[in-house]
Amino acid sequence: MKILVGVKRVIDYEVKIRVKADESGVETSNVKMSMNPFDEIAVEEAIRLKEAGHATEIIAVSMGEAKAQETLRTALAMGADRAIHITSDAELQPLAVAKLFRALIEREEADLVLLGKQAIDDDNNQTPQMLAGLLSWPQGTFASRLELNDSTLAVTREVDGGLETLDLDLPAVVSVDLRLNEPRYPTLPNIMKAKKKPLEPLDPEELKVDIAPRLKTIKVTAPPKRKAGIKLETAAELVERLHNEARVI
Amino acid sequence: MPALILAEIRNGSIAPAVLNTLTAATGLADEIHLLVASADCKEAAQAAGQLAGVDKVLVAEAPHYAHTLAENLAALLVELAKDYDYILAPADTCGKNVLPRAAALLDVALIADICGIESADTFVRPTYAGNALATVQSSDAIKLITVRATAFEAAATGGGKAEIATVEPPPEFSASRFHGEEFTRSERPELTAARVVVAGGRGLRSKEEFARLDGLADRLNAAIGASRAAVDAGFVPNDYQVGQTGKIVAPDLYIAVGISGAIQHLAGMIDSKVIVAINKDEEAPIFEVADYGIVGDLFKILPELEAALDKLEQ
Repeated sequence: MKILVGVKRVIDYEVKIRVKADESGVETSNVKMSMNPFDEIAVEEAIRLKEAGHATEIIAVSMGEAKAQETLRTALAMGADRAIHITSDAELQPLAVAKLFRALIEREEADLVLLGKQAIDDDNNQTPQMLAGLLSWPQGTFASRLELNDSTLAVTREVDGGLETLDLDLPAVVSVDLRLNEPRYPTLPNIMKAKKKPLEPLDPEELKVDIAPRLKTIKVTAPPKRKAGIKLETAAELVERLHNEARVI
Repeated sequence: MPALILAEIRNGSIAPAVLNTLTAATGLADEIHLLVASADCKEAAQAAGQLAGVDKVLVAEAPHYAHTLAENLAALLVELAKDYDYILAPADTCGKNVLPRAAALLDVALIADICGIESADTFVRPTYAGNALATVQSSDAIKLITVRATAFEAAATGGGKAEIATVEPPPEFSASRFHGEEFTRSERPELTAARVVVAGGRGLRSKEEFARLDGLADRLNAAIGASRAAVDAGFVPNDYQVGQTGKIVAPDLYIAVGISGAIQHLAGMIDSKVIVAINKDEEAPIFEVADYGIVGDLFKILPELEAALDKLEQ
């Protein structure tokens, strides 16, 4: 079984982001960048499937600017076998990303696609679902547990009411949630080895995919800030304030 | 042309967030249709027809709609799409699962999790865990949208008298099958619709101690929520999680107990009307957004709070 894993380079989750003064976007220069945390979980799950003897090859894919290659090297150091970088300085929106993935999957004949359920920058939560739709494949989104039996994948999903399990015939697209696993840290020897693993750059035009954006960003602004309120000493004082001042109880 | 709303059916009734989605749709189209798809739609279709502002209820009844499988619901939406300018659903786990798939099949973008409507084609949506608001304009002929329920008022549940029409369901997508579910049963109000939410974090220390929030929640008729740390530690099930990747809530009163206030948690509750924080660490970021804070040992404060509420009751 061939697994394709998507990894996105995003602003690190611990960074407090700043909106640019001209409202054109978010400040990304001199900001720490990392692999999208959900994608780390996807890479980890692919490696575990390979370690368990289910997968033969793991291909990590990233799209965008040149520095996305750093993120791919991280995936390779974790344990992916090779990497593909779809190079583009243009804005790639989810539909375009899904179409690029589809083209790659047709080329690579992958049996399973593992993607993070959302990227923590745009918070879109849609590329995996779009990809599954384009391929007419089953989709297992927000996965917190995977179990492979022959050609059926049981996917436990975190949904609003609790947990739901679906049986999906392979090939399938799975989007992973936080509690699926705890990703490993790449070791130094593996980081060294990753430098020698194949990383193929690919132009979107070679895949004959229309990547034109469908949404135009008019502006990006900071939300209104909440002010810190007051500190109280006792529970009795709190109840009194909630009752008489805030009038919420 | 009208707008179509995918109305998720949960335990036979319409999910509450559909009412907020209805309000959002009212700002976009002057005719609104509601799609009810389930294995048994009778009651839900009746209820849908009475919602104020709904002009028509489309009923798709088939065994393969018994669970909200995206493959089947997206195919149904695609079949109906040609008659609509807008297709909307709440940005809950059902809407987020189904609408992007339908959007891709229609070759249009999905406008995810909108919290504002600027014009017929321009919307505001939160990004970066709500730390930036993006205003985006769509160039697609059909606009597929998921709606952040907390950003729109709930529509009234009575006064409507919509026409009810049946639609022919497309065939089942057989490569994806429902296997089972473990749903949390609770007598408490639903987390995303509750007027008061009591939420606990790592500070509660264990599953057993987390249950000490019950006394407070009972007295306030509150829903119970949790931070990611508390869910990861196994104190409570996943459906309690409030935050960037969990549920988005905006109750009148949010009481954060033993929650430090990571950016990812704040993303899920920052729009609450009044925020109370109880934490032993006075430097905890939760205090930067709390209207009222108490620094101290929550295990000492919780019983005092219960006693003060009992006294108020009298």
